Formats: sequence, C-alpha cells, structure tokens
Amino acid sequence: MNREKKLIFELSKPGRVAYSLPKPDVPAVEPEEVLPREFLRDTPPELPEVSEPDLIRHYTDLSRRNYGVDNGFYPLGSCTMKYNPKVHEDVARLPGFARIHPYQPEETVQGALQMMYELQQYLAEITGMDRVTLQPAAGAQGEWTGLMMIRAYHESRGDTGRDKVIVPDSTHGTNPASATVAGFTAVTVPSDEKGLVDVEALRKAVGEDTAALMLTNPNTLGLFEEEIQEIADIVHQAGGLLYYDGANANAILGIARPGDMGFDVVHLNLHKTFTTPHGGGGPGAGPVGVKEELAPFLPVPVVEKGEDGYYLKEDLPQSIGRVKGFYGNFGILVRAYAYIRTMGPEGLRQVSENAVLNANYVMRKLAPYFDLPYPKHCKHEFVLSGTRQKKLGVRTLDMAKRLLDFGIHPPTIYFPLIVDECLMIEPTETESKETLDRFIDAMIQIAREAEESPERVQEAPHTTVVKRLDEVTAARKPVLRWEKSEAAR
Amino acid sequence: MKFRYLPLTEEDRREMLAAIGVDSVDELFTDIPEGVRYRGRLNLPEGLSEPELVRHMKRLSQKNTSFDQAVSFLGAGAYEHHIPSVVDHIISRSEFYTAYTPYQPEISQGELQAIFEFQTMICELTGMEVANSSMYDGPTALAEAAGVAAAATRKKKILVSRAVHPEARAILQLQARGLGLVVKEIPHIDGITDLNALEAEADEETAAVILQSPNFFGNLEDLSKAEPIAHRYKGLFVVSTNPVALGLIKPPGECGADIVVGDAQPLGIPVQFGGPHCGFFATNRSLMRRIPGRIVGQTTDEEGVRGFVLTLQAREQHIRREKATSNICSNQALNALAAAVAMSALGKQGIREMARLNLQKAHYARSRLVQIPGVTPLFDRPFFNEFALKLSRPVGEVNRQLLRKGIIGGYDLGRDYPELSGSMLLAVTEVRTKEEIEQLAEALEGLL
Repeated sequence: MNREKKLIFELSKPGRVAYSLPKPDVPAVEPEEVLPREFLRDTPPELPEVSEPDLIRHYTDLSRRNYGVDNGFYPLGSCTMKYNPKVHEDVARLPGFARIHPYQPEETVQGALQMMYELQQYLAEITGMDRVTLQPAAGAQGEWTGLMMIRAYHESRGDTGRDKVIVPDSTHGTNPASATVAGFTAVTVPSDEKGLVDVEALRKAVGEDTAALMLTNPNTLGLFEEEIQEIADIVHQAGGLLYYDGANANAILGIARPGDMGFDVVHLNLHKTFTTPHGGGGPGAGPVGVKEELAPFLPVPVVEKGEDGYYLKEDLPQSIGRVKGFYGNFGILVRAYAYIRTMGPEGLRQVSENAVLNANYVMRKLAPYFDLPYPKHCKHEFVLSGTRQKKLGVRTLDMAKRLLDFGIHPPTIYFPLIVDECLMIEPTETESKETLDRFIDAMIQIAREAEESPERVQEAPHTTVVKRLDEVTAARKPVLRWEKSEAAR
Repeated sequence: MKFRYLPLTEEDRREMLAAIGVDSVDELFTDIPEGVRYRGRLNLPEGLSEPELVRHMKRLSQKNTSFDQAVSFLGAGAYEHHIPSVVDHIISRSEFYTAYTPYQPEISQGELQAIFEFQTMICELTGMEVANSSMYDGPTALAEAAGVAAAATRKKKILVSRAVHPEARAILQLQARGLGLVVKEIPHIDGITDLNALEAEADEETAAVILQSPNFFGNLEDLSKAEPIAHRYKGLFVVSTNPVALGLIKPPGECGADIVVGDAQPLGIPVQFGGPHCGFFATNRSLMRRIPGRIVGQTTDEEGVRGFVLTLQAREQHIRREKATSNICSNQALNALAAAVAMSALGKQGIREMARLNLQKAHYARSRLVQIPGVTPLFDRPFFNEFALKLSRPVGEVNRQLLRKGIIGGYDLGRDYPELSGSMLLAVTEVRTKEEIEQLAEALEGLL
C-alpha cells in the first residue's frame, strides 16, 4: 500500500462529476429571479470534482487504512469494543425505520414508538430503574442530562445549596467535565490502596452542598466497588443522589443492577454494552434511567403507551426540557433493541459472565510479565502497569505501538490516571480463547523484547502505513483543512 | 443455549477457569455483596433467532408509514433528500463503522483523512477557516456555540432569534441553565428576525447573537445587516444554516459570522425518525482552541510522510477534566463520513445544481398552492426550500385528511408559535416531483 495517500481534493479535475440529479420538471427559475443578488454566493465551494469510480476507489483505499473490530482484536479498555452484529445493520436500514420523519402524525409511526417504548422498559429492567429517556446522543450527554435532572430535583425541594458533584479520581474525564457544564463544581475523592473509593474520604467530602456522587461500577480499574451499599448510604444520608456511569455495564448484565445498588440515575452507552457500532467515534446513544422520584424531570418528549396506542408526551411541567433534537439517535436505538431481543435474559447474563471470564483469563496469563497493581479478580477489564518495562527504557506507549505490528489494536493507555504507565485491557465476550491466546503471546513477546531488544519496541510500529506521527507540531501549528494552492486559484 | 456472538465453548471455559485458578465463573463475582447481587431472571422476552428477529423487526417497521408509502412535505429541521448510492456502500465498509475514535493514528489514517476532508468541505461551504470533526446534531451544535461565545467574550447574555428552530432554542435554554447564561429571545417580524428589536436588546453584556438562515420558516435572514449589531459590543455572531442552501446562498463566513453551525443530515444521511444526524461546527482560527469536540489535523510522521492525527486535545475532557471547553468526547464520525461522501459525489457543480432544484421546486410549489382558495402565503420573504402557508382550516384536520390521500402534510406552526396557528410549514426538496406537488394541490383544493 502506498504510504502517502492523496486527498480527494488532489484528485479533482474540473468537469468530472459523480452525481446524477433529475432535470427540473418545474419552470427553471434562476436564483437571481427569486433571491436578492446580495444573498447569493459569488464563488462556488471548492468541493472535489471526481467521477464515481474515482470516489469509490478513494474511500475504499481509505477504509483499507483503517482498523475496526471486524479487522481484529480491539481490547480498548472502557470502550467495550465487542462485535457489531450484521443483521442490526440490515434492520436499521428498513425503510419503515430509516425513511420516516420525526414530525409525522403519531398514527403513522406506531412501530417506531412501540420499539422505543419497549426499549425504555427493557433498559429499566436491566438497570433496575423505574423510567428511561432515550434522548441523549452519547454517554457524556447522558451524564449532563442526568446531572441537570439531579439539579432540578434538588431545586424542586427548595434545596438550592447543593452545588458540588463528587467524583472518584479514577473516573472518566467526562464526569467532572459534565459536572461543570451542568453548573456544578467537581470535587475529587481519592481511591484507596485497593483501587476502590476511599470510604472515609468520601464521608468527609459529603455534606449539605453535595448534589451527587458519580460512580462507575465496576470502576475504571475493572474492580467492583464492594462498599457500594455503604457509599450509597453516606451520599443519601447527606441528602445527595447517586449517579451511575454505565460505561462498564458490560460486566453486570443480569448479575447486579445499579437500581438495587442504590443508584438514583443511570446512563448506559448503547455503543458499548449493547453492540451498536462505534462508527469511528459515533453516532452512539446514551439513554438515562431514573428512579421514580426523578421521573417528573425527564426530558420531553417521553414515549408513553395509551389506550389508542403509543404517543409522545410533551406535557411534563417539571421536565428539564430538551437535550437533543427530536427523540434521540433512533437508528442506534433500533440496533440496541434488536440486540436485546436476540440475546434475551439468559444471553445477556452469559455476555457478562464471558466478558469477565475473558478478562480474568488474560489478566492471570499476563501477570507474571507485567506489574499488576490490583491483583484481585477483575470484572470485564483490568489494568496493568508498565513500570517494570519503563525501567528498561520502554514506555507503555512503545508497547502499544509495537502491538500494531501484530495486527492488534492496543489497549487504552495512560488511563486511569492513578496508575503509572497504565494499560487498560478489556477483551469483551465476543472474543475466542484462540484470539486471547494470540494477544497474550504478543504481549509476552513484547515484554521479552523490552528486556532483550528494547529498540525493537521503542521504534515501533514497523508495519503500518505511517510511522509515529508528530502530534506536537500538529497542535502547535495546526493545519485543520486542505487549502487550494495559490497557483491553482 | 448457544449464542452466535459468544465463541467460548464449555471446554474453553473449563480451561480458562483452571488457568485463573477458580472452579466456577460465579467465584469471579464474589466481590459483589450478596445484598446487591441480582439473583432473579431479567424480565425480558426470550431471545430470538435471526429469522425470527428479522420478521419481528420488519413487522415493527411496517407499522410505520415510510416516505415510500406516502408523499412527505415535512421538513422543519430534517429533510428527505436523494442519498447517492455510493454513500451507503462506503459507510457499510466495516473498517469504518466498527472502528473506535482514532486514538491510534497509525492504523486509523483512513478515518482521520476522511474527517480532515470533511472539515475542509464544511469550511468551503460555510466560508469559515476551521471546522471540527462533527457534533451530535445541529441543535446541540448551536447550544455549544453559545457556550463558546460566552467563554470567549466572558459575557453571559445570549440573544437568539425566535426564527431559530424551537427545539434548538429549547436545548439552548437548558445549556444556558447549566452554564449560568441568560437567553433572551428576539421576535420575528413577518418571518424574519426583527433587527430593530435585536438592536434594542444588544448591549455590553451580549456574548452572542444567534440567527438561523434559512430560518425555521424557510426564509433567508439578512445576515449582513445583523452582523454589525452582533459585533457592536464585541459579541460573537453565530449563524445556524442548511448546508444544501449553501450551494447557492452566500456563506455566513462572508457575512461576518464568527461561528457557523448546522446539521449535515441533508447531505447523505437518512431522516430516520430524527437521528442520528450530524452537527457541524465551523469558526475562525482565533476561536480554534475553544472549539468543542474532536478536531483532526495534518502532520508528518518520523520519515516526513503526510499523516493525520486528533489534535488540539488540550481543550478536551480527558486532559482538562472539569476545566475542559465542553464535556463532549465523541462525534458522529460515521455520519460525517456519509456527508463527506455525499459532498464528494455532488462536487462543486452538483451542490449548486441540487440547491437550484430545491429552490425551483419549492418556488413552483408555493406559487401553485397559493392559487388555491383558502390558502394564503404566510410570509413574503426570500426563501430556499421551505415556506409557510396559512390555511382556512386547522392544520391538524387538514393533515389527517391529506394522510388519507397518501400525503404527509407540513409542520403545524401553531405547535410552537401560537400566533401562527392555522399555518403550515412545507418543505419541497429535489425528490418531490411536479406530479406530487399537483397531487398535494388537488388534495388541498378538495379540502379547503
């Protein structure tokens, strides 16, 4: 494969087209006749001029310079890169789902509303919550939605001094960022030596200003917060609410439910736990479930079932309002719904069991070769530390890059922040033992190389279309778009 | 029971448990306290085989009336357009759709380059210097723009036209509540923003003036006249727009906009009941380090080969945590890819031709429909592919009757604008034929 690849603009040649539009069947009005001249564009946008075969080759070539779950193992911790079922892509494209408008009369979208209503019920059951909104487009938007509801809840009780949101130091960066966007101040509590929330520190941190604690359970170290009941009591007794970040829900389907743990608000990432494709960064979906006392604050509209069928309820006087255009990422919801209907209660439970089994297997096999900061059984993911290799001059980044040569996507690296030279590994349940063994062998070989021929690792990757890229210059002197050369203009 | 997505066999499980040193999978869960351990069986329907699932999903989908079964004149923020066949072929390549955010650029050059090209295309359409890699949707991009404006100007007052999409304004209100901003709505006058009212409200405290053009009613705003009002007190001028219209109309960047947002849905993305769509966010280099979301930049590798990376990450939540410019950590990459493929297919000539077709069909439809007794134009302003009509019967009633004739009528403006009740907003894009417009006209003639 060529190392450097032309931009589609560099393939452009005046006069080529890749479109086909009908001739006007109505009078051919000239724009100048109906719009004031000063509203019209003087020069056309520099979109590429290519033929259809050029276009297809260009993007096909780009796809070959990309790596997805279908290409191979993708143990990216906290991202749950499981297999994306193909039949979901088919059903989401059915015209009755893909070619309907959000403002059509309700009687013409009963299937869509039924699907959404049932998905709300399923997700409520899986999380142990009472009500669900499907509107948020992503996990981070779910966090913000949940926090705005928490805010509305406290305010509705005249409890207006609660401006702090507590987050553990192992949390995802979105948690404190969402707290800020929702108008709270984020307060960090440390983890203890076991990698769990320091309960005594939490006890000191809560008070009359506590709006909520945001917690991921199992946490980002892959450990279940064993003191969850006490944590819930501490927060609730202080008058705060408990927010569950569902990023790691793949560990607990049918095994434990956030609602039973004492959580008041939950978001799920359908693009993680419920197999909807990540799409190279999105679209995903981040539905939010709540306990009954928060239901009045759900974003509108909510999907309800009435005597005459399903309908969108806008009239919710205490609602926080809207978080996203229309009703959420419907096409993603279709895929997640199809997954739940495929797996059923038994299948979902097996998903989590196998996810946890896979993670523990890889962890035990790699433990002799890397530092394992938290040696107890993990849930769906675990962290290793590359400190041993760092002493040999090999950084975790180097090991990640070396994995690329084995055709494996590296784990999440340098997160959570509390582990030095961190590697966060989440195999997921859709990987076979053979795949795990190949990964284990690759990791062991890299650990050996770090001792015997560190430059092999330090100079990696050796087989990719580009070598390591200069990110510093990219940020210092940003080039964020292609420009037509002066000569060409 | 066996599941086709779960490869472990009983033998695998036994071997793996032995390697871990436990007897059962249950032992791996002993850290979950019994009090919160779920011992029941989730109350969900039994799993379906693939043929059963497909049948079930088809049945559900068939309870909906799709654009293939009825002729739709709905727009109001989501538009039925022709999607070039190439789009779905490209986004169905699983190297794209099964990838994560491109954290490892060496094996993500395809995605990164496609997004770099998308950013360039958005800049070209909007007349701006930089664009991000996409956002959840147009309405949330607009709300984010208000946040950027407030942070950049250190002011708190946001002036937004009532001719901006009502849902975008609702999201803006919520965003403002979180960020502690004050939103003031500026009335419209005969379907465009009342610039005198805007001028009266603009002051030293104004962080942003937000307009939409074509606006919610389909009318074009006079951006060049609004721009000095936004800038007089050093506020930012934010414009929400429709990317197809930009094939013909003057880009907001040439009218002095500081931030241009909108939704790329009309370019290659199905309406799909309102999402996922694809917000875009474009601005100038001076605001580059305040942009929310992911941005792709060009660089070189160790051997000088051109390549692409996620860049300016110092803005983002995974680095800055509570001090980040936004909490957003994803984009709508696959839909941005769809839009990029559609824009590549249209190209320099096609985007203009498509915009012209929209303009022509909508203008023809309006002139045909206003001849019907009981139909009067609501506004008389320059418009693109959407326009509002006043009807002599309630819109809901009319729409119910139209549906019987296989027509999905327009949007009932009374839903959001009580003063405009009895008025319908219709979108006519390049997919509507003269015959279908005639069908609507004849149906209305029989109803009004």
